[in-house]
Amino acid sequence: MADWINTLLQGLLAGGLYALLAAGLSLSFGVMRIINIAHGDFAILAAYGAIFLVGSFGLNPVEAMIIIVPLMAGLGFALQRGILNRTLGSDVLRPLLVTFGFSIIIQNLLLQGFSADSQSLTAGSFGTASIPLGGDIAIGLMPLTVMATAVAVLAGMQWMFNHTMLGRAFRAAADDAEAVRLMGVNHRHIYAMAMGLAMAMVAIAGVFLALQTTIAPTDGPQHLLYAFEAVIIGGLGSLWGTLVGGVILGVAQAIGAKFNPGWGILAGHLCFLAVLVAKPSGLFPTTRDR
Amino acid sequence: MNLLEAENLTAFYGDFQALYGINLHLKEGEAVALIGSNGAGKSTFLRTITGLLPVGGGDIQFAGESLAKRSAHRIVARGVALVPEGRRLFPSLSVEENLRMGGYAKRKGPWNLQRVYNLFPILKEFAKRPGTALSGGQQQMVAIGRALMSNPRLLMCDELSLGLAPIVIRDIYAALPSIRAEGISMLIVEQDTGQALRVADRVYCFQEGRISLEGRPADLTREQISLAYFGV
Amino acid sequence: MNLPAPIQRHASLAFAIIAALAILTIAAMPWWAHRASEQLLIEFLYTLALAQGWNLLAGYGGLLSVGQQAFVGLGGYSLVILGLNMGLNPFLIIPLAGVFCLVVAVPMAAVLFRLRGANFAVGTWVVAEVIRLIIASNTSLGSGSGTSITDTLVGIPVWWRVSTTLWIALALGAGGTLIVYALLRSRLGLALTSVRDSEAAAASLGISVRRIKWYVYLAAAFWAGMTGALIFITKLRIAPDSAFSIDWTTTIFFVVVIGGIGTIEGPIVGTLVFFILRGLLSDYGSWYLIALGTIAVLFMVWAPSGLWGMFTKKFDLHLFPVQRRVKSS
Repeated sequence: MADWINTLLQGLLAGGLYALLAAGLSLSFGVMRIINIAHGDFAILAAYGAIFLVGSFGLNPVEAMIIIVPLMAGLGFALQRGILNRTLGSDVLRPLLVTFGFSIIIQNLLLQGFSADSQSLTAGSFGTASIPLGGDIAIGLMPLTVMATAVAVLAGMQWMFNHTMLGRAFRAAADDAEAVRLMGVNHRHIYAMAMGLAMAMVAIAGVFLALQTTIAPTDGPQHLLYAFEAVIIGGLGSLWGTLVGGVILGVAQAIGAKFNPGWGILAGHLCFLAVLVAKPSGLFPTTRDR
Repeated sequence: MNLLEAENLTAFYGDFQALYGINLHLKEGEAVALIGSNGAGKSTFLRTITGLLPVGGGDIQFAGESLAKRSAHRIVARGVALVPEGRRLFPSLSVEENLRMGGYAKRKGPWNLQRVYNLFPILKEFAKRPGTALSGGQQQMVAIGRALMSNPRLLMCDELSLGLAPIVIRDIYAALPSIRAEGISMLIVEQDTGQALRVADRVYCFQEGRISLEGRPADLTREQISLAYFGV
Repeated sequence: MNLPAPIQRHASLAFAIIAALAILTIAAMPWWAHRASEQLLIEFLYTLALAQGWNLLAGYGGLLSVGQQAFVGLGGYSLVILGLNMGLNPFLIIPLAGVFCLVVAVPMAAVLFRLRGANFAVGTWVVAEVIRLIIASNTSLGSGSGTSITDTLVGIPVWWRVSTTLWIALALGAGGTLIVYALLRSRLGLALTSVRDSEAAAASLGISVRRIKWYVYLAAAFWAGMTGALIFITKLRIAPDSAFSIDWTTTIFFVVVIGGIGTIEGPIVGTLVFFILRGLLSDYGSWYLIALGTIAVLFMVWAPSGLWGMFTKKFDLHLFPVQRRVKSS
């Protein structure tokens, strides 16, 4: 019994990482209707960046994260402003294929720079510490931290959306990209800000990823899929829905893995498909499909 | 110097020419109405002024400066605001948030949230409701208020009366004089010709992308207007 | 620049003659070419087959799929299921692989069509992953490390194997191109083009957009399935990671992006360029792929209609004329 509870808790907390990954995807899709195929690859890029900083300069993971996050935000801003903004329009194909190109470029640059071997960041004793909850049940300190960060980030995003001019501009742009320009909003700038923010969140997720598991240059795509699934399960447009989606995905994977180690990921995918069949708009949909 | 001056303005939707050499002017403080049937080019003209549609040829000058190559958000910052056709409120935002969005450009002037509520008191009641949960007339008020929040020098209204009952239209138009009293100039596109003629200092009639008639409402006869409108 | 109709007709006639000659020459390759050349051409033709299928899907059906590798892999695994386990001749399996993929595509489409646009695209990828994981966990299919298919080819002399592979590749690649051409000239094709140009307008004309998307998706699955079976006949070994690899889609993307989406000539041009680039650069490993990715990005930003698109903008020449011009009398 305790075994099962531990599994569920593990899955629940794993959902935090997925929600963190998904938050950025949710933002960029919500504001710009772009799915960044390279989303997961950017997370891996950030992870390798952190590994590099820790390895070459002896920084600790927190310091590495503090450096990597603004760098990635800047990269996202630049890519949107310089390249992706030129592909905007009703044709979904163009931005999708551009980000697909980014994905290939990033993966192969990482392969060149770091080889195909898996690597990770050591979290020391923090990484293995756990909080006992009575009986044989315990939760890992690292997963708990990730979940807490995810909740904090999502809460921060929610606050931004509701209480800042920028956040309101994001929501307005998501509703009507043309009308928002009539408000005096420079939509190109707004999109770049959204991508920058999305990349910042992706960077946080990436560093946590390196701390919790081993990563390889080609791991990007699967994390894109997890982020995507979390967003769709939760419902497009809902930030807290994304958290729920991530948790459901995490739990599904944990349960699947409990039956057979090789079935964890498959269980997650099947859960996603099941939600798609039963409730295609997700559990807490808020946006209208354009 | 005219506040707004269009000189031989042409505009295209892809290969299709929508405006053929429009010459039009508006003095500061004036209310000018653009009438004409559907598809005549009135809304296209407004879109070109706001920068949503690129200028194909000719020029538009606002307060002496050319708008032709400027992007939409800069044009708003210069003091041109549009109440778009169909209102186009932001469904995810509340009434108050919609109004606040209008103030994004942060132009200085007398209009602020409180003033808009004074002009349209009913909006204060619905401040927290989603923008689209209101009646057509109330949505039109929000759209106008939203445009006012940018403290424009020129307020352009595209089809204010669209889809509204006559009594509601009357109420909306009744608010216009207090807007004009502040010195805001107005450019009104209106299919309801009667309403347009009542409110405007001068009128232009559009017909198939060209100006077919121009003058003061008092000087124009019904026959002239009919001819200009339908082109027969 | 609008070429007068007679020049257009002459151009497409000239092309038709050249193409017919080329096809005959290729078909005769078993008698005059080196084995290595044959194999290169087989690869060219099956890449073209995949590209035409994807182009039909995305360029005309408006369905972006990042998951066609599902059908390539399933086609390949048909060889394992029907060939290794049931002893059928692998070349006979090819059409069966197509049918198998068609059948599997039905529930896939039913679920996936609940998603639209970019969401649909990523959804197809998820489904491809699901199929990969299911097959990888199946020990009778060789599980993760895969299995060899050479046993299915026992008893077939090499010359016949390579020749038949070439002829079938020709049927799938060149034949696929011709079928797409014929399709687009038909009434169904007119409907497809209108759906591509504007779904709303097409629907308002009474065209069942939904049904069209189903047809296109199933057709692409069928063709990709057959091509997949052919591919793994040439590779002789199949494993889930290679069979269902996103690399298939990457290659198709590159081909179609460079050549030109939504044209029939585009995939041909794109496949040519892809093979030339590969010949020149593949020694450089990761840098080759970085170059491909960069080229794809540059094209999508600055030349979204691809090489053929740029050509037709200048010369308005169509080798596969599918435009219908309104003649003013």
